[in-house]
Amino acid sequence: MIANDLNVGAPRSRIDGPAKVTGQATYAAEFPATDLTHGYIVSSAIAKGTIADIDTSEAEALAGVLKVFTHENRPRTAWFSSNYEDQVGPPGKPFQPLYDDSILYSGQPIALVVAETFEIARQAAALVRVRYVAAVHITDLEAARSDAYEPPTKRSGMAPPSSRGDAQKAFSEAPLRVSQEYAIAAEYHNPMEPHATTVVWNAEGNIVVHDKTQGVLNSQAYVANVFGLSKKNVRVISPFVGGGFGSGLRPQHQLFLAVMASLDLKRSVRLELTRPQMFSHVHRPETINMLSLGADADGRLTSVQHHAVAATSHFEDHQEVVVSWSGLLYKVANASFQHDLAKLDIYTPGDMRAPGAPLGVFALESAMDELAVAANIDPVELRLRNYAEDDQNTGKAHTSKELRACYSQGAERFGWSQRNPVPGSMREGHELIGWGMASGVWEAYVFKTSARATLLPDGKLEISCATSDIGTGTYTILAQIAADGLGVAMDAVIVKLGDTDLPEAPVQGGSWTAASAGAAVSAACETLRQNVLKAAAKMPGSPLAKAGIDDIAFAGGRVSLKDDQSKSVALAAVAMSVDAPLYAEEVVKPGLIKNLRTSSFTHSAVFVEVRVDDELGVIRITRIVNAVAAGRILNPKTARSQIIGGVVWGIGMALHEEAMTDHRVGRIMNRSLAEYHVPVNADVQGIEVIFVDETDSQVSPLGVKGLGEIGIVGTAAAIANAIHHATGKRIRSLPITIDKLLG
Amino acid sequence: MNPFSFHTAATVDNAVMALAARAGTRVIAGGSNLVDLIKCNVEKPEALVDITRIEKLSAIVDTPEGGLHIGAIVTNAALSQDERIRARYPLLASAILAGATPQLRNAATTGGNLNQRTRCYYFYDTATACNKREPGTGCPAKEGRNRIHAILGASESCIATHPSDMCVALAALGASVHVRGSQGDRIIPMADYHRLPGETPQFDTTLEHDEIVTGVTLPAEAAVFAPNHTYLKLRDRLSYAFALVSVAAALDLDGGTVRAARMALGGVAHKPWRREEAEALLVGQPAGPGTFAKAADILLAGARGYKHNHFKIELAHKAIVRALTQAAAGTAQSSTDKRIA
Repeated sequence: MIANDLNVGAPRSRIDGPAKVTGQATYAAEFPATDLTHGYIVSSAIAKGTIADIDTSEAEALAGVLKVFTHENRPRTAWFSSNYEDQVGPPGKPFQPLYDDSILYSGQPIALVVAETFEIARQAAALVRVRYVAAVHITDLEAARSDAYEPPTKRSGMAPPSSRGDAQKAFSEAPLRVSQEYAIAAEYHNPMEPHATTVVWNAEGNIVVHDKTQGVLNSQAYVANVFGLSKKNVRVISPFVGGGFGSGLRPQHQLFLAVMASLDLKRSVRLELTRPQMFSHVHRPETINMLSLGADADGRLTSVQHHAVAATSHFEDHQEVVVSWSGLLYKVANASFQHDLAKLDIYTPGDMRAPGAPLGVFALESAMDELAVAANIDPVELRLRNYAEDDQNTGKAHTSKELRACYSQGAERFGWSQRNPVPGSMREGHELIGWGMASGVWEAYVFKTSARATLLPDGKLEISCATSDIGTGTYTILAQIAADGLGVAMDAVIVKLGDTDLPEAPVQGGSWTAASAGAAVSAACETLRQNVLKAAAKMPGSPLAKAGIDDIAFAGGRVSLKDDQSKSVALAAVAMSVDAPLYAEEVVKPGLIKNLRTSSFTHSAVFVEVRVDDELGVIRITRIVNAVAAGRILNPKTARSQIIGGVVWGIGMALHEEAMTDHRVGRIMNRSLAEYHVPVNADVQGIEVIFVDETDSQVSPLGVKGLGEIGIVGTAAAIANAIHHATGKRIRSLPITIDKLLG
Repeated sequence: MNPFSFHTAATVDNAVMALAARAGTRVIAGGSNLVDLIKCNVEKPEALVDITRIEKLSAIVDTPEGGLHIGAIVTNAALSQDERIRARYPLLASAILAGATPQLRNAATTGGNLNQRTRCYYFYDTATACNKREPGTGCPAKEGRNRIHAILGASESCIATHPSDMCVALAALGASVHVRGSQGDRIIPMADYHRLPGETPQFDTTLEHDEIVTGVTLPAEAAVFAPNHTYLKLRDRLSYAFALVSVAAALDLDGGTVRAARMALGGVAHKPWRREEAEALLVGQPAGPGTFAKAADILLAGARGYKHNHFKIELAHKAIVRALTQAAAGTAQSSTDKRIA
């Protein structure tokens, strides 16, 4: 393990920043190709039924149109549904674009026009005439929830924990009870970069695919399986991703369609979704939580019952961790969990921004706030009274859990002690001031990841790994780790990511990349040090000829004897002395024994000040303090940015984001960024991030837990609780819009 | 998007001739709304005539009567920053700054803003029916997602709203729209420029196809409202969102008594909503909440909500009272501080 050194643990600016702000970073739809053709998708206008007739003659007659692909003329692809599965998909039969005449959801791709220019393809798409036979659809979760079921096949790692004790009985006997429903609207990821794929075709039968993805290997395997290609003939390159938020974890339909067209036409193809089409695939499922808490008169929990119903498609059972948090976070002997699904005529929901956690935690932490009011106990004190030292769901010890420090440091910075607990008691002019808080929690994982470190002939250090950087700062932290590993400056490190030719890595998600890829890079650097020493020792007249690995230090681009730093060799000279570049490749794996015995989570405490106009219901979030315990912080600057980003999405969840479906047509109506609201600058004021000290030598080789998701988890609940404190109104359905506060 | 030809007009008469020559011709200036509509296949022009090179439409000039005349291609940004506007008609600057984003305001023009089209979801979605887009197909908004729709002046055919902020201020200030067509020049009072949907919601305005807006005149007498005005806009986020309800309020006060009043609402109807009876009621009355509430009652008389927008009636009532209170106090709503005074 590399100690905090020059770079690791220090605030460093993103090394990919200049490329991004100057337009030098190339995204999936920007890669050039000779003789490039352009696709445009025709989307279904109905939510369920069949295509009675699809007339492409007018579109195909347009000069410049190469082909209009439909279910009637699509090229053959793999027969078995299992060939369409991917690394992270849920149980079920994955959607196959243009498979047959069935319409499964509104916005489904039903034809692909490929033309010499984008403009021609777009024009032709409007000329495709479709006659549908509509069937009765259901897109309303309320209408379908009575048919909800427990998914027979669980998605790996997503099963709710076992129930314990007798939660029902304990609830009925509890002197203090809260039992409510908490609902969250369907949300869409809406990364700035729409989903896009550029397939570069060549006559040798190889394709290079530039895909908007959070996992190049996942896209590669999907393409190989679906189209019957050898992986060696499919290279996926995606060095930059313009925001993922989970939308790039699974292959999306533009990948299938672009590769299909390219192989069929033997041409390079580019296909980019429009913003409205970004509402035609993965999204966060609309979810209803039924949550009951029972507590004794002192607010100590005696019972937790958490039952969630979430929407899924008719073809797959998407599951995420919604209810487990309620059994994990607080000490409680009796708990029951249920996570059911209701099938709607929609596309399969998927992982989005801490999948499941902010939904379940919104319910749990709203209910805890309601319990605090009922018990007349300060919300922070209530949480401390119920503090769980161990993982309550498994009984395992935490490798570290500094949530207490999050509460105390967050409260201190926020000034929580000045809070008058009476709702509506704090005001300034027309504005009611509300202070609310909530806890956050997310898992800390390590996944099998490989990385290579290579000393290039010019003395620079190249780090390579197939993982993505979806904007989280992966390039930068890997450069920091490598720079300290070999004792070189950060600008002497070249980081290569997002390419299937590079050492294997899982999809980038779940907040595991820093811990996993970081450890792999660190291990590769460790081995490379030994290789460098061996080579240095062999150099003519080497001062390191007899040195062992413990005798030497790497610093300032040189290898030197610890005892006599005047005896040293420049890394560049070592690199020059060998015939082939020195390199080392290492793989890290999750600690299986560690995982059997211990649990690892990140935690947070979020404190929020809102101001609500007493007459008009206008909500302003004026202050947020998010205190986070996430193990070792590799880069406080990019780490802070990640938490701020998560908090901003929490604001979006609490106040803005909602896909509005007209259930009569089964269609989302606000399919644009003008009408699907996400927070804008005016909605985001002071956000303070605190990283509490948390030392954890077990969670991962570098002591890192990961930060990609913890920022959002408790935020929406804390905002809703602050709004209650300001107004006395408990809003249990998100987003909280003006109309819900009026009256 | 369909192919179209593109012409640059050197003069207003050129542009009018181009419009008269072909029914499928549309005028384009900033394009901030029209280009979106073309991409969505809502507008399918055969030809676009660009008027941004007509120099004389880009000026703001004093009128002989003491008012200001704003050329049709003056951008929203330029208009909101003009010193004469800020001094004499600050309500207009305030309304413009409450809309869109700096980037959009740099492109959007005065004439374009007058002619921008509704944000009704169904109007934008060619997979659904819409009487405004395709007359006779129906109005799914009435029973559908109608959170952003009209509570006043709607018809069985259409419950869309006009989305502009600028126009709400122009209506309150009693501006007039100058147009030129094949038949010559016309001056249309702001109140008559936009129309209610009735049975022909495809027409947003009373502009004829061969006419173009050349400018807008603000009357000299409206400068009297400069000290006591506000533009209060309520929306689903604190910036870059269309109004759920907005209120342009302007008072001419004699001490604590109202000498003259102007009120117009945005986000609630197919046009900026003004009722002279409501304004007349305030005249001679003390500038206080009791009077303001009565004026709000009249301004909102006959309001009707739909499934998702009933709240707008209450919201509008409270917003009117609040806006008049702000105006009376001389504390116009800030466009940067989102706290509502």
